[in-house]
Amino acid sequence: MSADLLTVSDLKKHFIVGYRGIVAREPITVKAVDGVSFAVREGETFGLVGESGSGKSTVAYTVVGMYKPTAGDIAFQGQSLYGRGGKRRADLRKEIQIVFQDPGSSLNPRRTIKDIVGFPLRLYGSNGDLQTRILELLQMVELPADYMHKYPQMLGGGEKQMVAIARALATSPSFVILDEPTSALDVSIQAKIINLLLRLQKEFHLSYLFITHDLSLMRNVASRVAIMYLGKICEIADAAEFFRNPYHPYTQMLLSSIPVVSDEEEALKPKKIASLGEIPSPINVPSGCSFHPRCPQSKDICSSEDPAMVEVEPGHTVRCHISR
Amino acid sequence: MENDRLLDIRDLHVVFDVFGGTLKVLDGVDFTVRSGEKVGLVGETGCGKTTTMKAVLRVLPMPPARVTGGEILFKGRDILQMTSRELGQVRGEGMAMIFQDPTAALNPVFTIGKQLEAAVKYSASGDKRLSGKEIRQRAVEALKEVALPDPERLLKNYPFQLSGGMRQRVCIAMAVAGDRELIIADEPGTSLDVSIQDQILRLLRRLAEEINTSVILITHTLGVVREIADRVYVMYAGNMVEMAPTKELFSRPLHPYTVGLMAAVPKLTGGGIADGIPGRIPDYLNPPVGCRFHPRCERAMPVCRTDKPRFVKVSEDHEVACFLYSQEEEGT
Amino acid sequence: MVSAKVLGSAQRSENLRRSWYKFSRNRLSLIGLFTVSLVVFLAVFAPVVAPYPQHASAFVDFENASRPPCRTYPFGTDVVGRDIMSRIFFGFRFSLMMGVVVLSLVVPPGVILGLVAGYYQGTWVDTVIMRTTDIFLAVPPLVLALAIASVLTPNLFNAMLAVSLMWWPWYCRLVYGLASTLRHEFFVASAETIGASRFHILFREILPNCISPIFTKMSLDMGWVILIGSSLSFVGLGVQPPRPGLGTMVADGSKYLPDQWWIAVFPALAIVLVVLGFNLLGDGLRDMLGAEEV
Repeated sequence: MSADLLTVSDLKKHFIVGYRGIVAREPITVKAVDGVSFAVREGETFGLVGESGSGKSTVAYTVVGMYKPTAGDIAFQGQSLYGRGGKRRADLRKEIQIVFQDPGSSLNPRRTIKDIVGFPLRLYGSNGDLQTRILELLQMVELPADYMHKYPQMLGGGEKQMVAIARALATSPSFVILDEPTSALDVSIQAKIINLLLRLQKEFHLSYLFITHDLSLMRNVASRVAIMYLGKICEIADAAEFFRNPYHPYTQMLLSSIPVVSDEEEALKPKKIASLGEIPSPINVPSGCSFHPRCPQSKDICSSEDPAMVEVEPGHTVRCHISR
Repeated sequence: MENDRLLDIRDLHVVFDVFGGTLKVLDGVDFTVRSGEKVGLVGETGCGKTTTMKAVLRVLPMPPARVTGGEILFKGRDILQMTSRELGQVRGEGMAMIFQDPTAALNPVFTIGKQLEAAVKYSASGDKRLSGKEIRQRAVEALKEVALPDPERLLKNYPFQLSGGMRQRVCIAMAVAGDRELIIADEPGTSLDVSIQDQILRLLRRLAEEINTSVILITHTLGVVREIADRVYVMYAGNMVEMAPTKELFSRPLHPYTVGLMAAVPKLTGGGIADGIPGRIPDYLNPPVGCRFHPRCERAMPVCRTDKPRFVKVSEDHEVACFLYSQEEEGT
Repeated sequence: MVSAKVLGSAQRSENLRRSWYKFSRNRLSLIGLFTVSLVVFLAVFAPVVAPYPQHASAFVDFENASRPPCRTYPFGTDVVGRDIMSRIFFGFRFSLMMGVVVLSLVVPPGVILGLVAGYYQGTWVDTVIMRTTDIFLAVPPLVLALAIASVLTPNLFNAMLAVSLMWWPWYCRLVYGLASTLRHEFFVASAETIGASRFHILFREILPNCISPIFTKMSLDMGWVILIGSSLSFVGLGVQPPRPGLGTMVADGSKYLPDQWWIAVFPALAIVLVVLGFNLLGDGLRDMLGAEEV
């Protein structure tokens, strides 16, 4: 087993979204991420799955430095990303890069591909000619050289995402966060991007934190999977184990909801659990286990006590009362 | 057979005038929906599936769009030739649309009740005029149908007070409330989460069966089609490339495009993803001559570069527009 | 790297042709462009193209005073016998100068303040800048200009100063709105996480995306500034006689309406022409600079 590259321990990110009361102003907080711990090993793809509002993107944005954690720590190769005084260390910036979900928004429409890919190179200094290096990066993501002078809106969605990948790799990072990199794309393009990412991972020994809501995709890319619900992780397991033996009722519900294309896959899905209700507003998180109002197996204890993470099998931890 | 065709698109050609020429988007689309049938229309972004449905609803922006050929028969009458009055009637009584984004489909300044009642009102045929009370009654019933709790109170709510899943249910309620004969659902629920999408799809299927409405489900997700449709059309670059009953299509896809598409879908069984289909969707300014798929096709033959393949029947209700299969048939 | 350069220039000329297509799709934009070009040409070459350049200053020819339009004086002459067409051509000079000077005084500070306030939205920086803007916007513009122009000596320079003072908040507002939206775009987040400087984010990432609305507004504002300048001239606070301001000419001519209509009507039409031209051009620019693909 390879060493842990990035460790997230008890990470919390709360947002103040408003205030209650006029005189005694009591803040209304959204606990977008509320005590999340996981570790990404060197060279692996760690999958983080969740529905919208689960906090999975907030985890990504906090790890990459867009948000400052409310509590908890993020460590890279054992060193905390936050130095003295809680200031984020600038020297580790180039090690951790991100590819955003929407390539339409993540590429500046008024800058050419050359400027976009060249910017991190200029910032960190590249060995050799800038132009050559940009061409190398474009080649790496299988884009033709004449794309240099094009603007993002002249490219297709998949090509834009390839540019975003080239930009992320420009600083030669060792850890890349992929925040739903293909959810806005068609399947045939998704296939190409995913396979490109897997190839680049092998070539440059990259570690991925792969965030998605698509469990079928996760099955094919991740070595380990964590599932998030309302700011907390409810299950972590090796990918094979996760799909063969899902413990958490939420995991089972999600798995049973996936539309699939063959009977073999249908057989792998847990028995149909009719999904109930919707993910509640993160402002009013249900008491106890936050999943209990939607849980078909909910017991009395579930509404009063928040379950702890329990290791049910080596490497497979679950946060649920009934799985004990 | 001819009579139970509710919607019949024949050889539809649509072009768009843009900078540098004409985009030849729809290149002879044939598409049929029988009454009471749930038909899936699958294709990737830019394949023309939305353009086709916009042509059916006659909401294509003209210019830049132009219909250069073909007809769209709704219950035997050509939609393209209708006066705006007839068209209004067909739209109100015959068809309803469910959009991908329920937030954009509902007007934020009117209550759910107002919008739902309007949907009921304009769907009722001209001679039997419903009273306000009856309309309200039907609106409440429609909300009950889509399993929304406390419909009476919901009627007084504004769209922003509802969650995404509830809004999508309201849209479906609007579509089913008026006893329309055809519901066109454009990627319903894909902007929502899987668990909600699953609820929405099950609901749509149940309602369509209950009121015996025809449904066209437009989507780019093969799995969604498999859940709902009786019959599936696969579209590529402005052409229908394959049509088959759902079960048959998923067990025996024939067109190289369909095969490639199926292979590219990530499977729960794991084992990685096939590399998809090489190349990209063609430029509609200068689409490839012959079969529009031939530049990306691994099994392309000389004839594919010169002639345009037509739909060929390979078995009962399974048609494919590919020369690989037309030759087979000639042989037998 | 020759090949890459060649490709670059090919791409650039392609981009240019595409922009021209978007601009020229609307015939009105072309009319606007033509009108503005014509006015600029007439203003720049006024001494050459005007039939009687000397009529643009103090000049008296009572013999030919108040002539209706004829062959020698196509737009007629005013009460002291000066050719109205020549004076209009020179009037364009002052109008355009007014517009150019005011906009170049107004746009940079307005844009920079708006950018900064938008980027620091929600902080005290935002509050200070935007509340100041609100104060300026609360004063009726023409009244402010009148007040300033009448406190100071009434001349063209002070008129421009007055108009500038009441104009910058609009650019601040415009850019503030754009920047506060753009700063939430992921390309800004991407630049921030990679360690880009504030300067880079403000001027390289956010500003280029504001250019299109700024240019459009500038073109529309050219017309408005000229109109306000003419209004100030009309009430005697702008271009001072004997120099030919379009507003001043309309004001003088209005005394002789309706009998000697040409004295007021032709300068008034000239104002309409300039303002309309810039407005049409502005619409065309908006079409052209819009990011949407054709």
